[in-house]
Amino acid sequence: MLAHLPILQVIVPLLAAPTCLILRKPSLVWLFTLLASASAFVISILLLQQVMAEGTLIYELGGWSAPWGIEYRIDKLNAFLALIISGVSTVVLLAAHTSLEKEIPQDRQTLFYILYLLSLTGMLGIVTTGDAFNVFVFLEISSLSAYALIALGKDRRALWASFQYLIMGTIGATFILIGIGLMYQMTGTLNMADLASRLPEVPQSRTLFTAYAFFIVGVCLKLALFPLHLWLPNAYAYAPSIVTAFFAATSTKVAIYLLIRFTFSVFGVEFSFSVLPLETLFLALGLLGIFVASTTAIYQNNVKHVFAYSSVAQIGYMIVGFSMATSAGLTATLLHLFNHALMKSALFLALGAVVYRIGSAELNDFRGLGRQMPLTMTAIVIGGLSLIGIPLTVGFVSKWVLVVAAIENGWWPVAALILLGSLLAVVYVWRIVETAYFKTPEPGRKPVKEAPITFLAPVWILVSANIYFGIDTRLSVEVAQAAAESLFGVSP
Amino acid sequence: MNFLSINSLFPNLALEVQLQLCILLPLLAIPGIIATRRSPNIRDAISLCTSLLVLSLVFSLYLALDRGEIIAAHWWQILPGLDIKFSLEPLGMIFALIASFLWFVTTLYAMGYMRGHNEENQTRFFCCFAVAISCVMGVAFAGNLLTLFIFYEVLTLSTYPLVTHAGTEKAKQGGRVYLGILLSTSIVFFLFAIIFTWVIAGTLDFTPGGVFGETEDTIILSVILVLFIFGIGKAAIMPFHRWLPAAMVAPTPVSALLHAVAVVKAGVFTVLKVCVFIFGIDLLEELASTQALLYLAGATVLLASLIAMRQDNLKARLAYSTVGQLGYVTIGALLASSLGVIGGSMHIAMHAFGKITLFFCAGAILVAAHKSKVSEMSGLGRQMPITMAAFFIASLSIIGVPPAGGTWSKWYLLLGSMDAQQWSIMIILLLSSLLNIAYLLPIPIKAFFSDDKQSSSHAGMKEAPLPCLIAISISTLGCLLLFVFPEPLHELAMSILDQPLNDNSLEHNSLGQITNGE
Amino acid sequence: MILGLYNYWIVVVLMMIGLYIIIAHGNLIKKIVGLNIFQTSVFIFYISIGNVEGGTAPIWGEGITLYSNPLPHVLILTAIVVGIATTALGLALAVRLKEAYGSIEEDDIQAMDDQKTDNKHC
Repeated sequence: MLAHLPILQVIVPLLAAPTCLILRKPSLVWLFTLLASASAFVISILLLQQVMAEGTLIYELGGWSAPWGIEYRIDKLNAFLALIISGVSTVVLLAAHTSLEKEIPQDRQTLFYILYLLSLTGMLGIVTTGDAFNVFVFLEISSLSAYALIALGKDRRALWASFQYLIMGTIGATFILIGIGLMYQMTGTLNMADLASRLPEVPQSRTLFTAYAFFIVGVCLKLALFPLHLWLPNAYAYAPSIVTAFFAATSTKVAIYLLIRFTFSVFGVEFSFSVLPLETLFLALGLLGIFVASTTAIYQNNVKHVFAYSSVAQIGYMIVGFSMATSAGLTATLLHLFNHALMKSALFLALGAVVYRIGSAELNDFRGLGRQMPLTMTAIVIGGLSLIGIPLTVGFVSKWVLVVAAIENGWWPVAALILLGSLLAVVYVWRIVETAYFKTPEPGRKPVKEAPITFLAPVWILVSANIYFGIDTRLSVEVAQAAAESLFGVSP
Repeated sequence: MNFLSINSLFPNLALEVQLQLCILLPLLAIPGIIATRRSPNIRDAISLCTSLLVLSLVFSLYLALDRGEIIAAHWWQILPGLDIKFSLEPLGMIFALIASFLWFVTTLYAMGYMRGHNEENQTRFFCCFAVAISCVMGVAFAGNLLTLFIFYEVLTLSTYPLVTHAGTEKAKQGGRVYLGILLSTSIVFFLFAIIFTWVIAGTLDFTPGGVFGETEDTIILSVILVLFIFGIGKAAIMPFHRWLPAAMVAPTPVSALLHAVAVVKAGVFTVLKVCVFIFGIDLLEELASTQALLYLAGATVLLASLIAMRQDNLKARLAYSTVGQLGYVTIGALLASSLGVIGGSMHIAMHAFGKITLFFCAGAILVAAHKSKVSEMSGLGRQMPITMAAFFIASLSIIGVPPAGGTWSKWYLLLGSMDAQQWSIMIILLLSSLLNIAYLLPIPIKAFFSDDKQSSSHAGMKEAPLPCLIAISISTLGCLLLFVFPEPLHELAMSILDQPLNDNSLEHNSLGQITNGE
Repeated sequence: MILGLYNYWIVVVLMMIGLYIIIAHGNLIKKIVGLNIFQTSVFIFYISIGNVEGGTAPIWGEGITLYSNPLPHVLILTAIVVGIATTALGLALAVRLKEAYGSIEEDDIQAMDDQKTDNKHC
C-alpha cells in the first residue's frame, strides 16, 4: 500500500468523482467528497514524511519503466505542494455544505462536488507526475473543471468570467503544449528527468529557446503574472465562495510549481536564465504586479475583487523571489507559496461566511459588520494583518525571508520596494476595517447573525494556522529550504 | 541601594518566571475583565489588582537586578538564528518600573474619568489597555531587535482601538493618521533597518558595545542609522511626528498613559537601545549621519516648542510639548557620550511623571469644568486648586528647574552636550527650556492669579472626581520625590553602559533556567 | 529550404489566424472557432514532426520496416479529446450567456454589465 502512495494521491479523488453520481442526497455527496479529500491529505502527509526521510520517490505507472512509461517522481517540492493543495481542499470543504445552500441550486450540488474532485485530481496530478505530457493532460483536467466550477456562480457575470478564463486559459495551455512538442522534437522523450539529461546535449539552441519561451508564456498566463492576469479578478470574484477559497490558494501555486520545475529541473538554471533575460524580466513584471495590482485593489468596491487583486500582487512577490535565481530567493518563493495559501483561503472562506449571511460582498454592505459578525470580521482582520506583514503572522515570515534574500543578493532597492508594497496592503485592508467597525449599518437593513459554526470552524482553523506558522516556522521553512537547495543541486 | 532589607518579594518564583509573568499577567486578566463586564466595580478592581501585581513583580526584578543577578528568558525560535527572547538590563528596568507604576496610577485615574465622563465601551477600553501594557513590558524586556519589533508593532495595533475609542468621524481620521504614520515608518524604515542589520551583523541580540564588527563600511552603517531613527516613528522625530497630535482625539487616560508614557517612551527607549546596544557609543561617533540626525532632533525640539506655544487646545499643546521632550532623549542617545545616555534615560522617567501629571490635570479640567482651551482656564485655580497646583509642579519638571525631578535629567543632558562638544545642542537645550516656560507656566499662573471676567463664570465647578485627584497627587509626588531622591534612578542609568548583557558561558534552556551549556 | 519546411509554415499561418479570430471578433461562437483553429494548428505541428521520411502510417503490417513515429499521434488523440471538451464547455457557456444576457456579442455583454454597475451606484 505504501509503495503505491504516489499514484493513490491522484487516483483517490479521481475515482471519487464519478462515484458521487451513485449517491443521491447532496449531504451524502458532501460527506463523501470530504472523505476523499481528507484521504488525499493523509496520503500527502505520508508522502512528505517518506520523502523527507528517504529522498526522491520514483513510481512507475503500470510497471513500465521510464523513459517509455510514465513515472511519478515525488521530491520535497512536489510533496510540499501536494500537502498544501490537499490540506486547503479539505479544510475548505468543511464549510462547503453550508455555503452551497445559498449559492448553488439543489439539483446542481452533486455536479459541483464532482467538478471539485476532478479539479483536485488535476492539481494533484500536475504536482506528482514526472512526465511532461501528463502535465498537460492534468492541467487541462483541472482547468476545464475550474471553468465549469466558476460558471456555477450565482451572478450572471460568472458566466462571462468563466468564458474569458476559458479562452485565456486554453491559449495558455496550448502554448504549454507547443513548448512540450518542441521539447519532444529535439530530444525524443517526454520524461522530465530524461529531458533534463538530454537537453544540454542538443545543439540547436534556437528551437530550445522557442520551446522554453512558449512554455514560460503559457505558464505565466496560468499563474496570472502581470500583465497576463486579466482573467483572475473576475473569475475569483464571481465564482461560488468555496471555489474562490480553494482556487485562490491552489491554482496559481500549481502554475508556479510548473515554472520552477521546468526552469530548474528540466532546462536547468544556467540555460533558463541566460537564454531569456528572466532575471530582469521577472523582476520587473513581479514588481509591476505588486504595485499595479495593490493600487487597483484599493479602488475596488467589491471585497472579493480587493482580495483577488491582492492575490495578483502576492504572486508578484513570489516571482520576485524566483527572479533572483538564488537558493535564498527560491526558498522565499516556496515559503510564500505556503503562507499565501493559508492567508487567502482563510480570507476568502471568511468572505464566504459574510456572503452566506448578507448575500453580497460589496464593501458598502460591510458597514457595521464588525459588531454583528465579530468572529468573522476578526478573522478577516487577522488575515489582512497577515497580508500586510505584521509580526506573529505568516505574512511577516515570508516578507522577512524575501527581503533577506534580496539584500543578500545585493538588490537593496528591490528590498525597499517590497516593503513599500506592504503599505499599499495597509490601505486596502484598512478600508475594509474602517467600513466594518466605524460605519453604522444602513437603516432598514435587517440585523445579521454571526456565521454558523460550519463556517467558523474551518475559518478559524486556517486563521490559527496563519498565526501558528508565523511563530513555529520549522515545517514551512525547513521544507521550503530543503526543496530549494535540492533544486539548485540537481540542475545539470 | 538597600533601604529595603528583603531580598526578594516572591521568594518562591524563579526570576525568569517573574519576568515572563510581567508580560503575561495583563493578558491573563483580559478574560476576567470581559467576564465581569456587567459589574463595573469588580471589573475595575481586577484591572487594579493586576496592575498592582505587575508592579510588585517588576519591583522584585529590580531588587534582583540590583543584586547583580542575570535575568533572561527564551520563548521560541521563529527563524533559524532569530528567537523571541528576553533579557533584563538597567535601561529596560527603568522603562518597566515607570510603565508599571504609572499603569497602576492611570487605572485609578481612568476609573474616575471614564465614569465621570460617562464613556461607553469601557470593557473594550480596559482590555486594550491590558494588551498595550503587556506589549510595553515586552518591549522593555526584549533581548533582541526582533522581539522588540514584534511587541512594538503589536503595541501600535493594540492602541489603535484606544485612540479611536470615540468612534466618531474625527476619531477615525485621527486613527488613520496614527496608524498610517506608525505602520509606514515601522515597515518601510524600521523593518528594513532591522533586516539590514541582520544580514550585515549576523545577529540581532542587544550587545554592549554594539553588534557591528570593526571592519564594517561606515557609509552603510550611517544609512542604517538614518533608517532606524526615521523608522522608530514612536520617537516622533520630525517629520514623522504628526501622529502624536492626531492621537489626542483619544480619551485622556489613553493620552496620559500611552502617549505620555508608554507608546512614546517605547519609541525613545528603542532609540536608546539601538544606539547603545546595536551601534555602540563609540561607533556612533564615527558615523557621518549622527551629526545630521542630532541637528534634526534639535530642530524637532525647537520647532515643537514653538508650535506648542501657538496651540490653544490644552491637549494639543501638551502633545507638541511631548514631541519636543522626546527630542531630548533622542539627543541624549545621539550625543554619543555616556553622560548623554544617562541624561536620556533619566529623562524617560522624569518626563513620564511630569507629562502624565499634566495630562491628568487636562482630563480633570475636561471632566469637572468642561474646558479644553487654555484661553478659557483663567481663574480656574480657585475652583480646582489641587489640580492647578499639580499642574504647576509638573510644569517645573518639564521645564527642568528645582524642586522638580526634571532638573537632573536636563542637567545630565547639558553635561553630555558639553562633553561631546556640541555647543549648538547645548544652546538648543537651554533655549527650549525658555520656550517651555513660555507655553506651560502661564496656565497655572493665570489660573491662580488672574482677575478676569472668566473667573466668575467658573463658579459652581468642583474639583475633579476623587480617584482622579488621588492619581494626580501620586504622580505629582513622584515628580517631587525624584528631585529629592534621584540616586536609585541615577545608579540604574549609570549602570547601563557597564552591564555585561548576555553571559555566554551559561546556557539557558527553553524554560529560561540556567543549565551548564548542554 | 523554405519550401521543405512547408508544414511549419502551415502551422504558423493557422496559429496566427486562430489567435487573430479570438482577439478580433466579439462573437462568442467565432471566438470558439478561433480557439479550435489555434488548437488544430498545434495538432498539425505535432503530427507533422512525427513523420519519418519514407515511413508509412504507423499501423502494423506484414513486411513493412519503416513506420512514422506513432507517439505524436497518440499524444494528439488525447489533445483532440481535450479540445473537444473545451469546445463543448465553451459552447455550453455561450448558450447560458445567451439565456442570461440575450446576446452572444462580447460588446453587448460588456455594455450590459457596465450599465448594471452604473445603476447600482445611482
